[in-house]
Amino acid sequence: MAKFEPVLFARIHKPDSTSLKSYQADGGYSRLKEFLSMAPADVANIVKDAGLRGRGGAGFPTGLKWTFLPKDHPGPIYLAINADESEPGTFNNRYLMELDPHQLIEGIMLACHAIKSNNAYLYLRYEYGRSYRVLDAAVKECYAAGLLGKNILGTGFNLDIVLHRGAGAYICGEETGLIESLEGKRAWPRIKPPFPAIEGLFRKPTIVNNVETLCCVTQILYRGGEWFKSIGVPPDPNNPRDPGSYGPKLYCVSGHVNKPCCVELPLGVTARELIEEHAGGVWKGRKAKAVVPGGISMGFLSDKELDTKLDFAGPGKVGCLGLGTAAVVVVDDQTSMVDVLYNCCRFMSHESCGQCTPCREGTAWMTKILERIRSGNGRLTDLDLLTEVAGSMGIIPGTTICGLSDGAAWPVKNAISKFRGDFEEYIKSGKASVTSAQKLMAVH
Amino acid sequence: MASVIVNGKEVEIGANERLNCIQAAAKAGVEIPAYCWHPALSVVASCRMCLVEVGDKKPDGTVAMQPKLVPGCQTPAKDGTVIVADSQKVKDARKATLEYLLLNHPLDCPTCDQAGECYLQDYSFDYGRGYSRLNEPKNIKPDKTYIGDQITLFTDRCIMCTRCVRFTREVTGSAELQVVSRGSHEEIDIFPGHPVNNPLAGNVVDLCPVGALCSKDFLYQQRVWWLKTQNSVCPGCSTGCSVTVDQNEDRVYRLKPRVNEKSQGHFMCDEGRFGWKYTHSEQRLTSAEIRSNGQTTSKDWDAVLKAVRTALQKAAGIGKGKIAAVLSPWMTVEEAWILGSYLKSLSSNVILALGPVRVSGQDDHFPKDIKGNVIQPVKFTIRAEKCPNRAGVEAVLKHLVGDVMPFEELLRLSSAGQFNAVYLVGGDPAGWISDLQAEAFSKVETVIVQDFLPSPVLKHATHVLPSGTFVEREGTYVNYKGLAQLVRRSVRGPDGSRPDSRILWELSERSGLVQTDAVRKEIASAVSALAALDHAELKNDGVLLSAAEPVGAK
Repeated sequence: MAKFEPVLFARIHKPDSTSLKSYQADGGYSRLKEFLSMAPADVANIVKDAGLRGRGGAGFPTGLKWTFLPKDHPGPIYLAINADESEPGTFNNRYLMELDPHQLIEGIMLACHAIKSNNAYLYLRYEYGRSYRVLDAAVKECYAAGLLGKNILGTGFNLDIVLHRGAGAYICGEETGLIESLEGKRAWPRIKPPFPAIEGLFRKPTIVNNVETLCCVTQILYRGGEWFKSIGVPPDPNNPRDPGSYGPKLYCVSGHVNKPCCVELPLGVTARELIEEHAGGVWKGRKAKAVVPGGISMGFLSDKELDTKLDFAGPGKVGCLGLGTAAVVVVDDQTSMVDVLYNCCRFMSHESCGQCTPCREGTAWMTKILERIRSGNGRLTDLDLLTEVAGSMGIIPGTTICGLSDGAAWPVKNAISKFRGDFEEYIKSGKASVTSAQKLMAVH
Repeated sequence: MASVIVNGKEVEIGANERLNCIQAAAKAGVEIPAYCWHPALSVVASCRMCLVEVGDKKPDGTVAMQPKLVPGCQTPAKDGTVIVADSQKVKDARKATLEYLLLNHPLDCPTCDQAGECYLQDYSFDYGRGYSRLNEPKNIKPDKTYIGDQITLFTDRCIMCTRCVRFTREVTGSAELQVVSRGSHEEIDIFPGHPVNNPLAGNVVDLCPVGALCSKDFLYQQRVWWLKTQNSVCPGCSTGCSVTVDQNEDRVYRLKPRVNEKSQGHFMCDEGRFGWKYTHSEQRLTSAEIRSNGQTTSKDWDAVLKAVRTALQKAAGIGKGKIAAVLSPWMTVEEAWILGSYLKSLSSNVILALGPVRVSGQDDHFPKDIKGNVIQPVKFTIRAEKCPNRAGVEAVLKHLVGDVMPFEELLRLSSAGQFNAVYLVGGDPAGWISDLQAEAFSKVETVIVQDFLPSPVLKHATHVLPSGTFVEREGTYVNYKGLAQLVRRSVRGPDGSRPDSRILWELSERSGLVQTDAVRKEIASAVSALAALDHAELKNDGVLLSAAEPVGAK
């Protein structure tokens, strides 16, 4: 395969890549007027035909999502941009926002045109201070240049982008949690139906798209749907429900590798290729024991499953929850899975919004069990208990309001089924990997 | 006609009923357990207790089930909806949810007020497992002893159903309660400096499915299994909330609202909820008396009643003399009828007046916004008219004497020496007559006072008949919109007092024991405005006097 030429990341290494001048010099906004003069439905159809799937984690076809909006809705329609990137190990949106903000802004304009929205709310993870400053400057540049505001480029299209700094919680990245948080409430995910496309932000039809998705929208319109479809993995002919995994994807590789990176590759690259060719291999000359395919809520690949293709369908075939955010976290063979899983559970327990009983109590319980195992008081029966708790927390498709519960349960199911030996050995040896001082730290 | 299939059994639902699966299943007699769902509050579907299997029956008879369990509270039941609430999958889900709920629950049932009427107990018994698999320490959250004047919060017992939070947001609009912290550290709390002291605050105690929110008034007073419950009506205002009176050994311990969509809905106000205390007042009148010249000459009920009868007959016999009576709007329809028709039989030109109707401020509607403006639709109203049965007593009086004389007019005539005998029925625990007004009766020859608390008029009384409060009465109250509901006798009054109906029954020399049912029949056939009292539905949720049902239909 010929070396892939980055598209989304084409400009990030250029000097002054964040400025409007530099973006326009590279052809940015050059055809904006042309696109804004097209009928909104035509723009939406280009995206739909390109087979773009949402990059935020669930992989829902973007064009299809747009068609769920009510036809001829008289009131306002909103676009909410999900930039609350908080899945552990994920940092691709941050690259896009900090190094090429105009690509995103143009994507927002095009998406808003396609869904006939005049208001876009960019929900930015609070901790991303630099992203905020860069985006804020870029949006101001656009207003000054007449690219945002009333009657953009004389096309009669109006658009305002509001930057909103998030509320600092993982759950704010959930579609409806984000909407609640944007309205100024606790980020408690809403019950569905109604879906946001019918009743979302301020009870109006709302589309929530990820930053990377919208950057792809820009590229699809400039390069065409055919170009997009020439990249990635076509649908599985044996599975009529598989829409395929087309296009480039930003993979974030972190953990025990020599060179953690965020790299743009066609969908369908294997985990082994990512680690060996792009991340400089596992650190300290060790081997990988487990690899998280796309954020910790997706579960684990074992060392035997490293050749799994990381497209939307691949991780699911080996028992993971899905591709998620394509954040690959590598665990080396000197690390105990008990510690890895404990970390996952502690995170999920901390971030559970506490609305649904199974998630609120289950995440905390699993953390307590793992704490006990780590303090040397584990029992072998705990493993079955953990599996059962994880099983009743998230029965796919979910039995809770949002997907956090499933995502919290999945790494537990995966870790125990794929690395049971690790756990048994740990429990039998009776060793404690936490000192009492650390235990105190964990409590506080 | 639309129908749903619950556990394989078909049951019909109204086409426009807009039921969820829990309500539809209830129609088929199947209980789907739930904590967070409440019919009067919004749906949050967060407790996950009501998970059921739901499917759709196609016209060709095939059934397509949804692959996952769905919350019954959130899923509408339509024509052809199939609900499976007894499969192994559903049972497992309930068992798991209950285990989660009990993980950090203190299990302090022996000292918990809710024990005995606790949904956590009931559902654990029905669907849960018998032991906990938690080997770690429980989360212990500090109790909040003050979140309102009447309410205390045992934080560790809370299962985070958020019913109380939604109540203060949706029904009162005052929004004092909120959820603080996140995940398993979540707690219910008040906003600092804003305790739950709104006029409907007590309802959060009823809403709480566990023993987290407790009423300070009832706390540690009784185990609920000792309480005997009687359906009744709150006499606090003309809304006439349906209530249950909980008593043990002739002592009332609490009033709770009884669900009645015809009347007030699901809730009641604190004024009514805690307003029964006068029933056990030390001041209660407990001896029937005949008084003359400041001396009590007899304390024997039979003698007193006989003397009253003689005095009234004597007054009726005097040519120019007149009898006047004040009937309290706290009397039941039956009591008003017995007294009114008895006096009418003595003297056809008897004057009957309606006792003072206490009005306090304006009708108080809920929910309200932060500025106190009422938000539509109104979900609860505390009425300004602070008596339970003006409409009912008025209807009886109108039938008997045509024009009902205003109380003030009666006072004026009495001061002018127009009456030889007056029969005064009190009943308003907040007092119904002032010293000045009482003077109007100072020169009347016979002043009969029937009341349960002392009042200024007592010093002019020639005959005192100690009567009963609403928990001792039996009869019918008619509320502001003409809804007739039964008040039932819950406790016996203090020794020496008698319920009004018995006093009047014996006074009017009716034979045997008091039979309010018979009196009601008598009224229904005699008074056209009250004809609906004969309706069988009166014994359940009450009956509207203007009801379209044919009179006498059973």
